[in-house]
Amino acid sequence: MEKQYYQKEIETMPVEKIKVLQSEKLVKQVKHVYEHVPYYRDLMDKKGVRPEDIRGVDDLHKLPFISKSDLRETYPYGMLAVPLADCVRIQSTSGTTGKRVIAYYTQHDIDLWEDCCARAIVAAGGTRDDVVQVCYGYGLFTGGPGLNGGSHKVGSLTLPMSSGNTDRQIQFMMDLKSTILCCTPSYAAYIGETLKEQGYKPEDNHLKAGIFGAEPWTEEMRRDIEKSLGIKAYDIYGLTETSGPGVSFECEEQHGMHVNEDHFIAEIIDPETGEVLPEGERGELVFTSLDKEAFPLLRYRTRDICVLSRKKCSCGRTFVRMAKPMGRSDDMLIIRGVNVFPSQIETVLLNEGYAPNYHIEVDRVNNTDTLDVYVELLPEQMSDVTEGITAREKALSAAITTMLGIRPAVHLVPPKTIVRSEGKAVRVTDKRKLHD
Amino acid sequence: MAIKQLTVYVENKAGYLSELTKLFAESKINMKALSIADTKDFGLLRLIVDRPSDALSVLEKHGYLGKITEVIGVEIPNETGSLSKALSALADSGVNVEYLYAFLSGTPDSAYVVIKATDVSAEEILKKAGFKEIKGLSE
Repeated sequence: MEKQYYQKEIETMPVEKIKVLQSEKLVKQVKHVYEHVPYYRDLMDKKGVRPEDIRGVDDLHKLPFISKSDLRETYPYGMLAVPLADCVRIQSTSGTTGKRVIAYYTQHDIDLWEDCCARAIVAAGGTRDDVVQVCYGYGLFTGGPGLNGGSHKVGSLTLPMSSGNTDRQIQFMMDLKSTILCCTPSYAAYIGETLKEQGYKPEDNHLKAGIFGAEPWTEEMRRDIEKSLGIKAYDIYGLTETSGPGVSFECEEQHGMHVNEDHFIAEIIDPETGEVLPEGERGELVFTSLDKEAFPLLRYRTRDICVLSRKKCSCGRTFVRMAKPMGRSDDMLIIRGVNVFPSQIETVLLNEGYAPNYHIEVDRVNNTDTLDVYVELLPEQMSDVTEGITAREKALSAAITTMLGIRPAVHLVPPKTIVRSEGKAVRVTDKRKLHD
Repeated sequence: MAIKQLTVYVENKAGYLSELTKLFAESKINMKALSIADTKDFGLLRLIVDRPSDALSVLEKHGYLGKITEVIGVEIPNETGSLSKALSALADSGVNVEYLYAFLSGTPDSAYVVIKATDVSAEEILKKAGFKEIKGLSE
């Protein structure tokens, strides 16, 4: 079968041509931002960089970074680069890590965002004949509106379900024969679990693919979801600050997400020094928006820890690929001086035959950090002797110790006792009061 | 001698047991015997009920974790030394007892004892030593 692209010429453009295109756009964008965003102009002035110093992508490293704290400081409209009257929409982050960030869009910004999502849907096999069930949240969250718009552009029949009400999701999925499911991976897993409970087998639904993102997930979780729903699961990445989902997306290779490089430049930096790292090195992901008019962030620090690869992809797309982020530098827990990402614990659970339903509790007792991991037992793991369960707890604790380098107390609990969320999963409670 | 025992994971929190027994009451499941093994974090409730499979499905439907295990049920005469006799028979054959608990038989002449042994030969050993199995406790 011939390979399908939404915008073939752009998606398969030779790498050198992409660089030329990015350079042209960057020069214009820097000028646009310098002229219209006083806050960023000050940052550039302080660093002693003039717009004319930026003659192409090779000069990108000269520009100052923007971080989440800059967005808090400029809330709500301090990053606006066009008259507010030219904007047609706002979206917002959930505000879980502090004050919420709002992003503003002109119609042009919405269009290019939806194009990005359309590319992701086509890469997952979507066509105008598909039925795309979008159960990302609608409203301020970018997930629902982004995939909804992308699905319209592809010409698929779009089911704007939003998140939650799982029984209704399943009823629509079955009655309207949905073929592509878009939601968070934890909700996809939950839908799979519920389908099984209701007596459905994976082959009973019409789904062929899922486009899952907005939270970290592991390869093991991907395999579980693929098995329970009988689909191929594609990763999608994005953040409100860059527009929303679709900044990068997976192709059929399922090996890294292609960054839409005609609209965004991706860099990997050392989170400590800010220095740009060479391709293949692990560090913090930084994005520069090349085409956005209203909220054009230059060198935005995502806090996602990630790796980029220029290796040729068999799908024909030439866009650089980013690995699944291995954690967020702000999700990263420092426990007894060791960097711990919740995703590492999840990997151990899946390797050891547990379901990825867990909760991590960190506390400080007598000046020592404690790490408690709560994991759900599967019915077949139940025992009639207490040692049958405590021995499992010890073995799991040992496996996590091998992965993290610190020993947790593992508590095995009955199924369904760890709270499931229909949006983002809350995996960690940090009870330490380190800053009074 | 094999009877079906239902083991239920019990969380260490107020009301857990009460909710669980209420479920049995609502489902008309009759408990014949129970024993609890506890650790500092959780407990295991071991039960002999009249309808173990039904009881397990009721529990699972309500999010409890349960397991059915085959255990040995023997009738022990109401005489000094009779439990000792049963246990000696097992010990002499090198069979280890993982846990046991006793309950009333309904007649003054005997008590019932549930034994979980490490070896399947335990049943034969007890029979040979003259102990009778319990009948009609559950389905």
